[in-house]
Amino acid sequence: MNAQLQPTGSAYFITKETESNERRTLAVLVDNEPGVLARVIGLFSGRGYNIDSLTVSETEHEKHLSRITIVTRGTAHVLEQLKHQLERIVPVHRVVDLSIIADERGHDRPMERELALVKVRGVGDNRVEALRLADAFRAQVIDANTEHFIFEITGRVSKIEQFIAIMTPLGLVEVCRTGVAAMNRGPEGM
Amino acid sequence: MNKAESERAADASAHQEMTGAEIVVQALRDNGVEHIFGYPGGAVLPIYDELFQQDHVRHILVRHEQGAGHAAEGYARSTGKAGVMLVTSGPGATNAVTPLQDALMDSIPLVCITGQVPTTLIGSDAFQECDTVGITRPCTKHNWLVKDVNELAATIHEAFHVATTGRPGPVVVDIPKDIQFAKGIYTSPQTAPRTSYQPRVQGDMEQIKAAIALMAQARKPIIYSGGGVINAGPEASHLLRELVELTGFPITSTLMGLGAYPASGKNWLGMLGMHGTYEANMAMHDCDVMVCIGARFDDRITGRLDAFSPNSLKIHIDIDPSSINKTVRADVPIIGDAGRILEDMVRLWRATAKADKPALKPWWTQIDIWRARDSLAYRPNDDVIMPQYAIQRLYELTKDREVFITTEVGQHQMWAAQHFGFEAPNRWMTSGGLGTMGYGLPAALGVQIAHPGALVIDIAGDASVQMTIQEMSAAVQHNAPIKIFILNNQYMGMVRQWQQLLHGNRLSHSYTEAMPDFVKLAEAYGGHGIRCDKPGKLDDAIREMIAVDKPVIFDCRVAALANCFPMIPSGKAHNEMLLPDEASDEAVANAIDEEGRQLV
Repeated sequence: MNAQLQPTGSAYFITKETESNERRTLAVLVDNEPGVLARVIGLFSGRGYNIDSLTVSETEHEKHLSRITIVTRGTAHVLEQLKHQLERIVPVHRVVDLSIIADERGHDRPMERELALVKVRGVGDNRVEALRLADAFRAQVIDANTEHFIFEITGRVSKIEQFIAIMTPLGLVEVCRTGVAAMNRGPEGM
Repeated sequence: MNKAESERAADASAHQEMTGAEIVVQALRDNGVEHIFGYPGGAVLPIYDELFQQDHVRHILVRHEQGAGHAAEGYARSTGKAGVMLVTSGPGATNAVTPLQDALMDSIPLVCITGQVPTTLIGSDAFQECDTVGITRPCTKHNWLVKDVNELAATIHEAFHVATTGRPGPVVVDIPKDIQFAKGIYTSPQTAPRTSYQPRVQGDMEQIKAAIALMAQARKPIIYSGGGVINAGPEASHLLRELVELTGFPITSTLMGLGAYPASGKNWLGMLGMHGTYEANMAMHDCDVMVCIGARFDDRITGRLDAFSPNSLKIHIDIDPSSINKTVRADVPIIGDAGRILEDMVRLWRATAKADKPALKPWWTQIDIWRARDSLAYRPNDDVIMPQYAIQRLYELTKDREVFITTEVGQHQMWAAQHFGFEAPNRWMTSGGLGTMGYGLPAALGVQIAHPGALVIDIAGDASVQMTIQEMSAAVQHNAPIKIFILNNQYMGMVRQWQQLLHGNRLSHSYTEAMPDFVKLAEAYGGHGIRCDKPGKLDDAIREMIAVDKPVIFDCRVAALANCFPMIPSGKAHNEMLLPDEASDEAVANAIDEEGRQLV
């Protein structure tokens, strides 16, 4: 009743983020129509959500369905909101939190793979070392001349990052990564 | 046209070859559209040419596209049907953005058809080109750019379906000019919507049972209803009244929900929130079970969140799953249409529960103590018109008529919400979520078009009304005898009130030094002007306003420095209201601390 009693927060309540952020991998099944990716990305930027990685491609041609894989980060509350907000988008069919499903099935995390193309330029020892390491990482040489290699490497995100880090002093020129593709173990679909 | 006739017409037109412009008009007809609000321009000329050659869809020409949007919103909210607007490309579309966002925040079904430059010119920075679907993507429920004339009919049908079902909202259909000229096949509205869009309407029965069980045990319950009940149709309001009657619970409502339960009802506590009544906010704070129906715990409602109703279990009924747990954790969430869920609740309560009125007695006794505080009181004045008094007189002199009220945004809006008694749903049109100054005048036009015989009053402020005053001209053209009742205090009153609260009474740019002569302005537009500055003459002036059968601007000169109380100051909780009799200059100056000052 007495408005002067105590110091307060706000009518626009500004939460102090005390909860810890969790990393989640979401699979979003959408109609493959113009603007659908913009809707998804716009939602993330408009509502202040994070995108660590985003991968999209049509997966069922006859049904014109695309699958978007998003790696995001947020508090449990934000992640719940994010899922509901995605589901509100008209061309979105389903949003599956692969991380939660993995957890429910007793797995550590969903199967996640990424592909990267890595161009390394060099001669002499560096060149030999790059090729040797690529072999150890099971990276394929998809293009080469006497001065460079382009390696194709697939694997977990950590493996790709490690490979890139190792190649950096050996003459790394250019990297292209696809972002994460993910699904859960076991016979069940998404 | 009756239903059978329109079905026959639809059959005849199905699978016919037409131009895109003909398809647009046919699709509007087949979706039951009788009125559209719009403004022509280069990229919609083919559609305007079609409109010219038919009598089924009546076009209301506005003076600015924003006016078309708000008029369509007023039309929609007062009828329950979709409002339709038609605008051209580029500036036509960008001017539509404000009403689109307004409709998005207040869940108003609004179908906006925009012209676009020809498909071959899209992306070339052509004259009056803009990326309409890009610009309107975040302020619509969904939008479409139609690139194939054969998909035009299905797209418009889908647009109406998306706008009016689930949580209603605005949609945009962007139609390039070459598509309007091109010939294609018309398809009639289909019942099979796209598979990805299937809003849930029926509530989960287990959750409803849990809610009823909680309510039956409650000793300090409250029902908090919102705009969702209005959107669910008149039957939902009827069921809400039945539920209140059966349970004996007190009920409060958001700004958007006024009228769902009658203001004269004995369980009515008045509106809640920042400018809600003391009894409503205190009851929200102290309750043990809160039943939130079709409301979304907006920040104007909750006040300081970590002190919001700390000891209650919360039942939250909403058609939009993303509203659940967004700001306030729901103990019993129920997703679905408010009307359907209320129907289940009423049936289940009748079957399994019984109102324990003696057990609620102490709660009602407490509420009566709060009520006795008379938080809407103000000091009467014989020399100047108090704004609250003006609203009260307006209510008393119009309550026996079929009256619709729209408002602009600011102090006058809150006074209208506090002092005008709403007895029925769909009679109160206001911009709640977006807070759009300039909403009320065009909205009144839309309402009047939908209800030609009704008394439609825009309760306005002198600042807000000037944002869309040009629609007076549209009202005169269309013989819409709307009444613009301006509480003129020469200030942006709410801005000034916040400057007093937050910024040491430094009234930066909130005083309007060059006010137009509203009486002459009304006459210049071909309307009727009235000025009143004496409480003793107010009743006669209001009677004159009602009697005049053309648009009226009523310049009601009110006490310039009156402020809107009670108020939950920024950053305070429901039980920390600033009441009118405590709002001394010093209390106002100190009501908000340093931290709260950074907020709005």
